[in-house]
Amino acid sequence: MPQANAKIDKAPAAAVVPGPIELTINGETFRHTGAPDMPLLWYLRDVLRLTGSKYGCGVGQCGACTVHVDGKAQRSCLLPMSALSGQTITTIEGIASGDDLHAVQQAWIDEDVPQCGYCQAGQIMATVDLLKRKAQPSDADISQLTNLCRCGTYPRIRKAVKRALQLMAEAKAAEEKAAEAKS
Amino acid sequence: MTNLNRRQFISVMLTASGALLVGLRPAVAAFQPKVPIDLLGEALTSLGAFVRIERNNRIVIGARGCEIGQGVITSLPMLIAEELDADWNRVRVEQLPYGYEIGPDGETNRYGPQGAGGSTSITDGWKDLRQAGAVARWLLVEAAAQHWQLPHDRLATEASHVVHPDGTRMPYAELAERAAGILPPPEPVALKKPEQYRVIGKPAKTVDARAIVTGRASFGIDAYMGGALTAVMLRCPHMDGSVDTIDDTQARKIPGVRDVFVIDGPVPGSAFDTNLAAGVAVVADDTWAALKGRSALKVTWKPGPWAQESSAALEAKAAEALKGDGVSVRSDGDMAAARKAAKRTLEARYQVPFLAHATMEPPHALIKIEPDRALFIGSLQSPGGASTVIANLTGLSRDKIEIRMTRAGGGFGRRLENDYVAEAVMIAKKAGKPIKLMWTRDDDLRHDFYRPYGLHQLSATLDRKNQLTGFAHLCAATSMNYRIARKKERPPGQGCLEADDFPAGLVPNLDKRFFSLESGMPRGPWRAPLHTFHAFAVQSFIDEIAYETKQDAVELRLKLLGEARELDYQGHGGPKFDTGRLAAVLTRCAEAIEWKRRRSDGRGVGIACHFTFGGYAAHAFEVSMDGRDLRIHRAICVADIGRVVNPLGVDAMMAGGTIDGISTALNLAITVKDGQVQQSSFGDYAIGRMAQMPHEIEVIVLPSEREPSGAGEMGIPSVAPALANAIYAATTVRVRRLPLLAELNRRL
Repeated sequence: MPQANAKIDKAPAAAVVPGPIELTINGETFRHTGAPDMPLLWYLRDVLRLTGSKYGCGVGQCGACTVHVDGKAQRSCLLPMSALSGQTITTIEGIASGDDLHAVQQAWIDEDVPQCGYCQAGQIMATVDLLKRKAQPSDADISQLTNLCRCGTYPRIRKAVKRALQLMAEAKAAEEKAAEAKS
Repeated sequence: MTNLNRRQFISVMLTASGALLVGLRPAVAAFQPKVPIDLLGEALTSLGAFVRIERNNRIVIGARGCEIGQGVITSLPMLIAEELDADWNRVRVEQLPYGYEIGPDGETNRYGPQGAGGSTSITDGWKDLRQAGAVARWLLVEAAAQHWQLPHDRLATEASHVVHPDGTRMPYAELAERAAGILPPPEPVALKKPEQYRVIGKPAKTVDARAIVTGRASFGIDAYMGGALTAVMLRCPHMDGSVDTIDDTQARKIPGVRDVFVIDGPVPGSAFDTNLAAGVAVVADDTWAALKGRSALKVTWKPGPWAQESSAALEAKAAEALKGDGVSVRSDGDMAAARKAAKRTLEARYQVPFLAHATMEPPHALIKIEPDRALFIGSLQSPGGASTVIANLTGLSRDKIEIRMTRAGGGFGRRLENDYVAEAVMIAKKAGKPIKLMWTRDDDLRHDFYRPYGLHQLSATLDRKNQLTGFAHLCAATSMNYRIARKKERPPGQGCLEADDFPAGLVPNLDKRFFSLESGMPRGPWRAPLHTFHAFAVQSFIDEIAYETKQDAVELRLKLLGEARELDYQGHGGPKFDTGRLAAVLTRCAEAIEWKRRRSDGRGVGIACHFTFGGYAAHAFEVSMDGRDLRIHRAICVADIGRVVNPLGVDAMMAGGTIDGISTALNLAITVKDGQVQQSSFGDYAIGRMAQMPHEIEVIVLPSEREPSGAGEMGIPSVAPALANAIYAATTVRVRRLPLLAELNRRL
């Protein structure tokens, strides 16, 4: 008799780490003393109540749980806490500086991307990562965003990625101008 | 409306903080000097009515709907803001809770209709929410009239101010207290003329977008409660099967697991009688412990009565059923005679599969049950249904059940069923603790209320001039009206085959019949339920008739629609179907895709149109094959949904509906084998990703002065047939089974 849920519930292979696990999340240090195989997603949500990262599938297919680990986009539902000792995590709650939104967040508002909004934190985190890797992403590069959106916001995501590029370019130009004025 | 009723309908309340509240609540409460405690929360967790005016002249508007991505948290408050003449840029919107109460006249909802289904939020709000805004404005103007000692009609309003004839502007906030002491007018207040609109028809961005993009928006699944345990269930994979043996020794050893127990499926005649899988609940300190506990369970099942059911068997049963008589849904003229007299008869069968909703946010529920009350937090489409389920299972009166509504991660009809609410109540009662029930994705895909499976057999009779003389639509399907007494009372074909849908009334001889198929699969509404279910067949077949008779597919449709006129339409979205409006969206869509232009390079163009819930839409696609993949070069959606409240929201619904339609038509099917659903993840139920989608959906909304019809569902039914028609144009392969891509690749 096959177990209906065996596939999803199987814990990722976790190295056994003795003692508490220390890691940095959005600039703060946390110490995890619970199950070492607990995926980061559930630590964020159930323990820290950082609920911006969403559960969508638990097996890395949908991307709703995307966070940055040492600056790279990762699906937090697949990352056991034991593998994160000493790592630096950034979640959707941590990418703005105070009230100043990240350009990608602002672009998402400007293009009115969200419908239900559930996948959008993951979409934004994946896009921030994409723009780090590709300064000028082509349409084909944008197509490589694999995060699922059930509402069908893909065309507006496409526009928002381009809007974010524009916002970042404007911010950079303003910075350079300010630096010039200073010198 | 009598004076008293009027006062009960629209009431005004002054809070201790000086805020003016206008809503639809009984006057009994309205003029009490004491303000109910739930109106005073600093965080405004619970608003008592639709409008609150703060001392800094910020207007807070309550959003009553279930926000499932269709934008009602923005569009419904826009209706109020318009008539209130509020400065939209400074409006803050608050989600309202479920407003059930027992008033002097019995059960009522202080906010009016709150559910999300059938694209009715805007049509409902158009009726009552504008009036709520207008009454609030009337009171503020009356307060200003008293203050300035001027006649009411000499005053104007603009952007949250009353304007004196000399141009002096007084903020609403300064008038709120006086306004709260004035009786509302006895008769409905005159509403604005469209040319006076400042909010309606102007693009408005999602009001809580900032919260969404910063991860602070609270969805139902994001709610936690002190003392609550997390529950997951191992559900019987066999439809209507049951638990045979359990070994929970290992599960109970998992740190954090608190309890393991059986939840039986519903028994006929019990308080909750809809489908609910029997299973084993694991209750734990957190989700991970619960999931680990669940995977450590050793459970065997009794397969139940549907152990033999399979998709293949169902197909055979459907083909067999079509040989019978079925139940007549509509019959015009004499189809049998038309068949005899026909020069030629065309016939084709189309198959549509079961579909799962796969909301990005899976079902979940947080509930606390106390002896004399209950609190529920979760994503819903039918808070009234949830309230009833909780009442039936707890014995509590519905006014003792508080339901906090949240932003929902998608709906698509899934949350019209409250099975997960029932489960959470059952588990919480057994656990004796507040429970947060979590569903995993495989739970969701395997235990949904699926869009019905159906086989459509269409026939067209043609005379010697290739004129269509008769049309028969036979549909064998797993009806949505099954199992439960209140559903069984409805006509079996309802929800699968609509009597008055195209081409009813447009051909002299028509025969529509329904053939009900027994199945153990739970079924329910799926976005634009019957329309996504049958438009594929009808609009594909029209295309086939056009090719067979060497007519232009657009011209044929226009000829059938004929002169612009209104036909009776009994189904939801009636009472009339306007042939001219459908012809107009089709014509505009054909222009946009350059229908007449010949394509080369293996490209083909397809088109389709459909009337859904009072709205009209047409789709056209230009496609070509790229190996096994379909490239969609252009995607056009033209809609006429009456007056548009929020153009930005309507564009999102039409583009989103189109993409949902593409994803579903190309990829998605739920299949059954040995009485079990076979799909369990986004791997085998592959919602379309960015790479598969056109870069742009060209949405064209025809300007209209008619009453709005809503927008959530019109943008999807014509997608699948337009795609199938485009595929035929590009490949000469006529795909008559959904999903398209698997069938196309099988045939290519």
